[in-house]
Amino acid sequence: MNDLAEIISESAEPIRKQWLSELAKVIERAGVISKAELEEQTRDILNAIVEGVRTSGPTDISAGGWDTARALLKEISASRARQGFSPVEVTTFVLSLKQPLFAEIRKKFKGDQDRMFAALWTATELLDRLALITTEAFMDTREELISRQQQELLELSTPVVKLWDGILALPIIGTLDSSRTQVVMENLLQTVVATNSKYAIIDITGVPTVDTLVAQHLLKTITAARLMGAECIISGVRPQIAQTIVHLGINLEDVITKAKLSDAFALALQRSGRAVVRQTAAPLSPLAHLIAKREE
Amino acid sequence: MEKIPVLRMGPLLLITIQIDMHDKLALQLQDDVTHRISEYGSTGVLIDISSLEIVDSFIGRMLANIAAMSRVLGADTVVVGMQPAVAITLVELGMSLPGVRTALTVEAGMELLLGAVAEDANGTDHEHRQA
Repeated sequence: MNDLAEIISESAEPIRKQWLSELAKVIERAGVISKAELEEQTRDILNAIVEGVRTSGPTDISAGGWDTARALLKEISASRARQGFSPVEVTTFVLSLKQPLFAEIRKKFKGDQDRMFAALWTATELLDRLALITTEAFMDTREELISRQQQELLELSTPVVKLWDGILALPIIGTLDSSRTQVVMENLLQTVVATNSKYAIIDITGVPTVDTLVAQHLLKTITAARLMGAECIISGVRPQIAQTIVHLGINLEDVITKAKLSDAFALALQRSGRAVVRQTAAPLSPLAHLIAKREE
Repeated sequence: MEKIPVLRMGPLLLITIQIDMHDKLALQLQDDVTHRISEYGSTGVLIDISSLEIVDSFIGRMLANIAAMSRVLGADTVVVGMQPAVAITLVELGMSLPGVRTALTVEAGMELLLGAVAEDANGTDHEHRQA
């Protein structure tokens, strides 16, 4: 069945012209893709389709002859997905080829109804399959994008900050689930080793709810830190959360908890034998001295 | 036969585990440590496991056992230098090694054993034992 290849290669230019005008209705509106780019893409794909039909036939698009066409379509829809096109716009890219192609088929087999019908059916089936490829590629790209963002969000939301020599703070923002606990734990323990910190303050001000599962995750992290020789202090316990913890009967007795990060920091300082002292009547620094002089 | 050396350093016993522990080796170590403590009258045991990459539940229990036995013999035990991955694995296995004191570095562990750390005066020592 090489009628299709013949038709497309014979009247490639008129088909492409009409395809472009169909596309203009959907895609150019978005204004992201230039006309030249679109022309190049349509030409490449038409050539690839002709090649595919010639070498492997129009029914089996997983065959080797369709490699170029498949790769091209995947590449195009992936780039469209990244540019923020909707799935409709991406699939229409292929589906809008139907009208010009059908017109050519009709012209060619005007007297022969059976052949016309057969050619039309093959063309429909082929284009639908190609459209499915674009949809799939579109979804894959989006999926990839989402999982990458998820990972970045995960790492972004669990920073470990050094407050003082030997004192770390880990502000947790968002709910602690198993996968996040893993990231939090690894981050914290690695930083403990890297900075040789004896105290780690886990601040849960940004954790909306603490249930038994979250408490269990917290205790796991604290135990792991203890095994390495670091001590953990939980801070940022809001009144609401304190109430929940007691109501749920969660045992945090072995853990030092504080209401505020500053309290926890003060405790860590004290435990490491340090103190922050206000300098009273301190001599002015050279810069402050200058400013004071000018103000006089 | 490979053997983990138990070094005497004043009142302390110093053990650095540089090879992968297997069960027989751990039992041998337990035997050695208890004998040395009674022989030298040591008051502290420091076990450095910073080069250990794998600690299974058996080795974990051995560490806890050594600590418990030393205490019976009148010596404190500190485990130092546990790798993050090892700590996570032990916690996932449900082994929190209660009764084992820990420190980040050999230096910190030694200070802890010699009771020279100023912060211990504030009662940290007591809490460590509890945890």
